[in-house]
Amino acid sequence: MPLFLKRFLFWSLCLIFLVYTFYLYTSSTSADRGLAFLDEKAKAGKLLFQKYNCTACHQVYGLGGYMGPDLTNVISAKGKGPGYAKAFLLSGTARMPNFHLSSEEIDNIIAYLGYVDKTGVSPIIDFKLNADGTVSAGERK
Amino acid sequence: MKKDTGILFVFLALLALGSGMFFGSLAALQFIIPGFSDWIPFFKTRPLHVSLVVAWIFLASVGGIYHYLPAFCNLSLRYPSLPKTHFRIFFITGLLVLACYFMGYFGGREYWEFPPLLALPILASWMLFGFNYAGTVLEKKNTWPVYLWMWGTGIIFFFFTFSEAYLWLFPYFRNSIVRDLSIQWKAYGALVGSWNMLVYGTAVFLMEKIKGDTKVAYSTQAYLMYFLGLFNLMFGWAHHIYILPVAPWVRILSYAVSMTELIILAKIIRNWRSSFSRGSRVRDSLSYRFLYASDVWIFLNLILALAISVPAVNIYTHGTHVTVAHAMGSTIGINTMILLASCFFIIESMPEKSNNRSAGKIMKAGVVLFNLSLFVFWTSLIFAGVSKGVMVVEGKLSFREMMDKINPFLITFAVSGISMFVSVLMIIIPVIPSLGRYIAKRTSL
Repeated sequence: MPLFLKRFLFWSLCLIFLVYTFYLYTSSTSADRGLAFLDEKAKAGKLLFQKYNCTACHQVYGLGGYMGPDLTNVISAKGKGPGYAKAFLLSGTARMPNFHLSSEEIDNIIAYLGYVDKTGVSPIIDFKLNADGTVSAGERK
Repeated sequence: MKKDTGILFVFLALLALGSGMFFGSLAALQFIIPGFSDWIPFFKTRPLHVSLVVAWIFLASVGGIYHYLPAFCNLSLRYPSLPKTHFRIFFITGLLVLACYFMGYFGGREYWEFPPLLALPILASWMLFGFNYAGTVLEKKNTWPVYLWMWGTGIIFFFFTFSEAYLWLFPYFRNSIVRDLSIQWKAYGALVGSWNMLVYGTAVFLMEKIKGDTKVAYSTQAYLMYFLGLFNLMFGWAHHIYILPVAPWVRILSYAVSMTELIILAKIIRNWRSSFSRGSRVRDSLSYRFLYASDVWIFLNLILALAISVPAVNIYTHGTHVTVAHAMGSTIGINTMILLASCFFIIESMPEKSNNRSAGKIMKAGVVLFNLSLFVFWTSLIFAGVSKGVMVVEGKLSFREMMDKINPFLITFAVSGISMFVSVLMIIIPVIPSLGRYIAKRTSL
C-alpha cells in the first residue's frame, strides 16, 4: 500500500472522528428527560456515588458492577422507592457494607438516584425484536 | 553495556499480573461468599484487581516497545534517558493509586476509581513515551512495518481517550447522565481499542520475528486490517450504551461498524491452517504457545463480540455476566496471551535465561492449565449471563432470586479464576530469578 494512501486514510478517519466526536458532545446526547430534577443535592449525590465507589457493585443503565442490583429505576420501581433505598444506605446488608453515611449524604444520593430514574429505563423488558437485528423499545412494564 | 529499561517495565508488568490476579481471586470469592475477607471489602478488591491488570497490559506493552525498538528494529531511542523517568513516574503513581484503594480514597469512576489528580502524572509519563516514540520512529525514512503504525496509533489514542475519560470533571459533561455515560463509554471503548493497537502491534511484531515471515508486517492485507481496527476503535464502541436515550444514529452506526469485524472473522478462518503450520519450527517455545492460544481466543471472542453488538442480542446480554465474559476473554485470552508471548520472547532471548528443565515443564503445564481454566471461566460467565438476561426480561424474580439461580455458574467462575491465578504463578515465578539477574546487570533505577 503506497504511503500517501496510508496517510490519506489515517488523516481522513481522524477528521471524521473529530466531527463525530463533536456531535456526540453536543446534539446527539442532549436528550435528558430528567434535567428538571437535577438540583444541587442530586449533583452532590453523583459525586458521593463516585466517592464511595458504588459502581464497584451497582449498575446504572446496566453499566457498573454485578454484586448488587441496577439502580437506574430503584426510586420508582414497584415495592421499592426512596424509603427502601434509604434503609439500605443507612445500615447496609450482608453483602453491602455500612458506609456510615450522614443523613445529608443519604439525602443527596437519593436525590441523585431520583434524577437518574427520570432519565430513562433500565433494564428494558418491554421491547420488540426486528428482523434486521435492531430493537424497538417500549416502556417499563 | 547498553541499558535496557524495557526489561524493568516487563518485570513490573509480571508482578502487576500476579498481584492483580490475586485480588481478582479474592474478589471472586467475595462474590460467592458474603463477608469473606472483611478486612478488604469487595469495593476495594475490585478496583485493585482491575487497575493492576490494566497496569499489566500497559507495562508489558510499553516495556516490549522500549526493548524491541533498539534491539530488533535497529532504531536507537531518540532520548535514551526518558524511559527511566517514565518508569519512575508510573511506578510512584501506581503505588499512590494502590495506597488510595487500600485506604478507601476513591472519587474517580469505574476502571479509574482513584482520585482524579493522579491521572495527571499518568498523562505526563505517557507524553514522555509518545515524545520519545515519535522522535525515534520518525528517523526511519523507509517504509514502516504495520506494527510501528499500530504502536503510534495506540499511543496517540490512549492520550486522547484517557483525557476524554476525565471530561466529567467539567459540569457541562457531568450534569447530564445521558451525555456523561455516553462520553464515558465512548472514551472507554476507544481506550480499549488503543491498548489493543499496542498489543496487536506486538503480536504482528512477534509473528514477524518468530515465524520469520516479513510479509505479515508489510502486506496490503496487514494495513487494511490495521485501518479496519482503527475504524472500529473510533466508531464501534456504542454497544455499551444501546439502552441509553441517545440519538438513534449513534446506535445504528455502531451496529454497522461492529459488523465489519466479520471481515476479520472471515480472515481468521481463511488463514487458520497456514497460520498454525508455519510456526512448527518454533512450537516448543513458550512464546509460540501463547501466540497459538491467542489465535484461538481471538476467534472465540470475536464471535461473542459480534453477537453482543447485535441490538437484538444485546438487549438480553447487556448488564449481565456475558459482558464480563467478553471483557475477560479479550483481556486474558487475547491481550494477556499476546503479552506473555512478548515477555517470553524477550526472556528466551536473554543470555541469563534459565535452562532448568523441571521449571520448563512446570511452565508448560501452567500454559495448559491457564487456557483450560480460562475456557471454564469464560463459559461459566456466558451461561450465568444468558440465564440472568432471560430472567431479567421475564421480570418474575427479584435480583437476589436471580443471583441465587446463577450461583452454580458463579461458583464455577470463582474456582476456575483461582485456578488461573495458580497457573499464572506456575508460569511467571520460574522466570523471576533470570529477569532479576538481567536487570542487575543492565539496568539501574
